[in-house]
Amino acid sequence: MDYFKGTDDYVISPSLKDNVNVSIALGRPLLVKGEPGTGKTLLAHSIAAGLGKKLFIWNIKSTTKAREGLYVYDTVQRLNDARFGDRDISDISQYIKLGKLGEAFNADEQVVLLIDEIDKADIEFPNDLLNEIDEMAFYIPETGETITAKHRPIVIITSNSEKELSDPFLRRCIFHYIEFPDEELMQEIVNVHYPDIEKKLLREALKKFYWIREFDMLRKKPSTSELVDWLQALIVGGIPAKTVEKELPFVGALLKKKEDVEIIDNSGNSHYSYQSSSRTRNVY
Amino acid sequence: MFINFFFSLKSYGVPVSLHEWITLHHALSLNLNDCSLTSFYHIAKSVLVKNEIYFDKYDMAFLDTFRDVETTDEMLEKILQGLKKVKELHLTEEEKKQIEELNLDQILKNFEEQMKQGHYKNHVGGNRAIGTGGRSTQGAWGYNPAGIRIGQGESRHKRAVQIAEKRTFRNYSSNVTLDTRQMKVALSHLRSLLPILQGEKLDLEKTIDKTCRNAGEIELVWEDKEKKASKVLLLMDVGGSMTPYSQLVNRLFSAAGTQIRRFKYFYFHNCIYQDIWEDMERNKSISTQEFLRGEDKDYKVIIVGDAEMAPSELTWVNGAVDYWYHNDTPGLVWFQRLRDKFEDIIWLNPLPARSWGYVHSIRMIRDIFPMFELTLEGLDEGVKYLMTGKGRLHRANYLRETS
Repeated sequence: MDYFKGTDDYVISPSLKDNVNVSIALGRPLLVKGEPGTGKTLLAHSIAAGLGKKLFIWNIKSTTKAREGLYVYDTVQRLNDARFGDRDISDISQYIKLGKLGEAFNADEQVVLLIDEIDKADIEFPNDLLNEIDEMAFYIPETGETITAKHRPIVIITSNSEKELSDPFLRRCIFHYIEFPDEELMQEIVNVHYPDIEKKLLREALKKFYWIREFDMLRKKPSTSELVDWLQALIVGGIPAKTVEKELPFVGALLKKKEDVEIIDNSGNSHYSYQSSSRTRNVY
Repeated sequence: MFINFFFSLKSYGVPVSLHEWITLHHALSLNLNDCSLTSFYHIAKSVLVKNEIYFDKYDMAFLDTFRDVETTDEMLEKILQGLKKVKELHLTEEEKKQIEELNLDQILKNFEEQMKQGHYKNHVGGNRAIGTGGRSTQGAWGYNPAGIRIGQGESRHKRAVQIAEKRTFRNYSSNVTLDTRQMKVALSHLRSLLPILQGEKLDLEKTIDKTCRNAGEIELVWEDKEKKASKVLLLMDVGGSMTPYSQLVNRLFSAAGTQIRRFKYFYFHNCIYQDIWEDMERNKSISTQEFLRGEDKDYKVIIVGDAEMAPSELTWVNGAVDYWYHNDTPGLVWFQRLRDKFEDIIWLNPLPARSWGYVHSIRMIRDIFPMFELTLEGLDEGVKYLMTGKGRLHRANYLRETS
């Protein structure tokens, strides 16, 4: 059996690694939730790279239908072909195009399938896939063909919890909630991105970053990807650690809303002089 | 075998099903947990709990069931406590060879004996017992290639019971007041059932018609498709006793603005009289009468306020809290008119529900509107209430009672 050990370019917590392996062993999809920017999508890439398997990505949009993942029957093309008679239109199978799920089933080896942001789609979407995910097979009525997975794909599903998923769907999944990384883990993550970063700069930047994140009133808390961008800006700008200690250069890389920047500004620049009232919600 | 755990989870309100319970046992039968309680904690969590808001309850149920369980993890801990780290041991090649000749069975036997006799306390050096820096077959930082290493470096996980005790996910529990994102999620449930048009469906009749006119040259006509959206009206209490909650209400407001397509909002102070305001400072007002006449009645209405006021503000003519404001109709009547106009209407209260019974004005308002707490759970419940049309039932009951 495949055992996922992680890859060098992706820092993974032991419990997530365990859950990945449980999901592989049980052959059930792994549902990953977490704050934006905690590396949900990258997990699938890392699993595929770590196990040396091909990765299929099915990006979900608000208009995506469950059937599109299985196959699309291109009737319009067939209709067009029928007009000129330059192709044999009696063979329907040439107009059946497999979707990402169909391709993953049809692959000759085990693959990793990422269903990205499943909550974007209609509320019925996950329900429509229940049977396919259970049986790992589906039927195409147009050609009378049944596509069965030759090797059960490793399915990773990510969700930003914009919509709730239905209970029957959840029952079939293994669930993991990626917590926001603590300072120690974050240091590791940053080191993956910038191995040569100055230690002092990183320490000061992280201090500021977690300080900002503690503001409960923020409309949008900065996430890992914003931290990485910010550090990039600091490195390119040649900002010394001392400056970061005293002020917040390039705050625009961390905070994307005007109101948020104001909250931080009003709290005073120094690390230690914040007013607790604007900082935490004293309302309960 | 630990079926108690299942029922304990249930009693804490974690929605676990038999399906998931069996999956867990399947995982255990494959020995995915490596016989360790810590791994079991993580695996059971991922298999049984499908929403982070239940993690805290899971932790509590886990503590209830497994608090007193003796595990090998625990034994390790005890041994480690007795050990002290000393300088690493240097051995000659000869000695190393001697040690290598020991076999594993012997070592394991020795280990068990040591355990029984409790020889491990504060043991440093030595050749046989559990200790540090020695040549014995057990312990850490010592030298014995065939030996058992106990807890050298750091263990990969923390102990399960300790993790559970920490209850890291307490804040994810659903009855804590919410942040913007969570509000958006809750409000997005409102986004249903109002058709807003957007092209994508094939209009068959028009296509045939056009194609015929084109002498058989196919021309496709796309029809507009229904998209889900919602109509929401937000009435917010500002000023006075609501000031501490202004940020919270503000957040609800900003979440609603981005989440809902047809969104209207008005402000009031404590109670609604003949005017409602379009801005927070209450400068620009419109007549409540006009408003009630003009709006569609299929708006979903959410009133946010603490409903904490003197009963006279509800029942008296000229009872308004602002001394310059005169109302010839009591607030309660205005509330009832609002109730009669809109079918789906709820009241969200930032005060905790347990305090509602002690405030007279809240009790009075609860007679008119269904009231929910302004927390994630309350908002969710309230939205569900609006969506299922239960408000109509409430209204019908109310009308029957009063007539």
